Amino acid sequence: MKIKSQRDFFSGLMFVVVGVVFAVGATNYSMGSSAKPGAGYFPLILSVLMAILGAIVLFKSLTIETEGGDPIGHIAWRPLIVIVVAIAVFGLSINRLGMIATIPILIVITSLAGDEFGWLGVVVNAIVLTVASWLIFIVGLKLTIPMWPSFIAG
Amino acid sequence: MDLLHNLALGFGVAFTAQNLLYAFFGSILGTLIGVLPGLGPVATIAMLLPSIYALDATPALIMLAGIYYGAQYGGSTTAILINVPGESSSVVTAIDGYQMARQGRAGAALAAAGLGSFFAGCVGTVIIAAFAPPLTELAFKFGPAEYFSLMVLGLIGAVVLASGSLVKAIAMIILGLLLAQINTDVISGTARYSFDIPELTDGIGFVVIAMGVFGFGEIISNLGQPAEHREVFTKDVKGLWPTREDFKQAWPAVLRGTALGSLLGVLPGGGALLASFASYTVEKKMAGSSGRFGKGDIRGVAGPESANNAGAQTSFIPMLTLGIPPNAVMALMVGAMTIKGIQPGPQVMTSNPQLFWGLIASMWVGNLMLVVLNLPLIGIWIKLLTVPYRFLFPAITLFCCIGVYTLNNNTFDVHLTALFALIGYAFYKLSCESAPLLLGFILGPMMEENLRRALLIARGDWSVFVSRPLSAGLLAAAALMIVIVMLPSISKKREATFQEE
Repeated sequence: MKIKSQRDFFSGLMFVVVGVVFAVGATNYSMGSSAKPGAGYFPLILSVLMAILGAIVLFKSLTIETEGGDPIGHIAWRPLIVIVVAIAVFGLSINRLGMIATIPILIVITSLAGDEFGWLGVVVNAIVLTVASWLIFIVGLKLTIPMWPSFIAG
Repeated sequence: MDLLHNLALGFGVAFTAQNLLYAFFGSILGTLIGVLPGLGPVATIAMLLPSIYALDATPALIMLAGIYYGAQYGGSTTAILINVPGESSSVVTAIDGYQMARQGRAGAALAAAGLGSFFAGCVGTVIIAAFAPPLTELAFKFGPAEYFSLMVLGLIGAVVLASGSLVKAIAMIILGLLLAQINTDVISGTARYSFDIPELTDGIGFVVIAMGVFGFGEIISNLGQPAEHREVFTKDVKGLWPTREDFKQAWPAVLRGTALGSLLGVLPGGGALLASFASYTVEKKMAGSSGRFGKGDIRGVAGPESANNAGAQTSFIPMLTLGIPPNAVMALMVGAMTIKGIQPGPQVMTSNPQLFWGLIASMWVGNLMLVVLNLPLIGIWIKLLTVPYRFLFPAITLFCCIGVYTLNNNTFDVHLTALFALIGYAFYKLSCESAPLLLGFILGPMMEENLRRALLIARGDWSVFVSRPLSAGLLAAAALMIVIVMLPSISKKREATFQEE
């Protein structure tokens, strides 16, 4: 069997797998009866429905011819990894290092995702954004975000 | 008269200094993001949601609404001047608007878009005010079965009209509904799909999903594409006022666009995007051989721009009266109401009349501000376009991170967002649309509750959904929509429309 549409094949697969996983998960909860539906009732219906729809997508991707095989195309690994890592680093450091250090770190990391990287621009951007965030979020909106590292602020 | 009385109440609320300020702030911010390609209203509203903790409900919603219609204005500016539609609803404006700009008539095109939008905005406001109360009354007759069926109709309608592959879109809705099942069951108190992670027992924040999938997903896919070359017509913007002949040609197009947009906006999934496409097609057909469509016809700008603004306005109707969001932006508005402790639904009009009518009146005020401010301010917006994306995307990333963090002052949410950024990019690569997922996610808990209540009342008899006439009618409408779209002749046309995008 040949895959006729790559995008549909993998999305169909995703729907089927997620559907099965949620369906198996739903069996852990009380099903109840239709007169008194339990916690697992609605999730089970949904996951079965989704697995069926996924199977339809999967079936179509193997039978219906598409132009050029509808390939997924190249994956933008660099921006993908850089952005995801940057968000994770933000999550790890905001409570420990505060905005004063976290923002410059975040800006330097995210800037690596683009094609053009110039230190001068990145440093200026980092400074501007740190000051702007302080003004907007702490002075203006009065949100509780740590500004300074926890070892300084105590 | 009730209508006048209600509008008077609304304008009383809208014309307080504070609310004027937030309407102003929202529409300016909306224009800004509309001008900047690569940052949509969904991501911006998601980003701003945490900040509304500090505000009262009315100014908060006024500001968010301002962002939505402001973005429509801003999007058309870039479409006309640089052939880059800032928003998807301005895609067709770019066709003739950009040609007009090349012929040195950018001013006339911008004015036609601005004035047409303003007119449409006024009509849209009146329509909301006139139709909301009767619809609300109808909604009070709804039992759980009707509500469930209505949500089915809303969700199906949202994908039938507005997306590519129907089966995949419905699967995405269900995925959204399933993600909403990660929570603590309200009836039995069982924690579901939480893997003993305490943060998950409260459910996934919808900001986390919106930001991960829309905000970050968008950034990653933008960066994955080669930088584009832009040609900006900035110096040519002179003579803002259209000629007498322009007026004569444009005003019927504005009228038709407004009518079409108001109608399509109410439909689930319709909103601004579909309205502008439909209007362009209508104008082109009406003009026949006399038109200069594709070569800078003012009707090709005035019609779609009026239509998308009217659609943007009237898409508030299902959200305000039934609590059912017809598109992703409205889904965020529902989320914002919930954050402020207001249960969206027909009771909002009676329990929070200040909010309800104030919001409606502020939309008119905001539209006026946009027309008055934007025409003279166009020069500033154009300057913004010269800010390179390499400065922009780190800033967007930062604001999204801060937004997610401040929602609960919780870093778990930040990490979950990183995961959803990954998932969002996967959706993008697999051409699975994310908007249906968000709609499903928002409606998930309500749908489950109504389904279970309906079954409970009917003692487990599933036929309750078809034996009650109103519920049966709603379900039949949903089924009919699917059937119509699946008809071979329609599905071919539909595909062609989406390819033109």
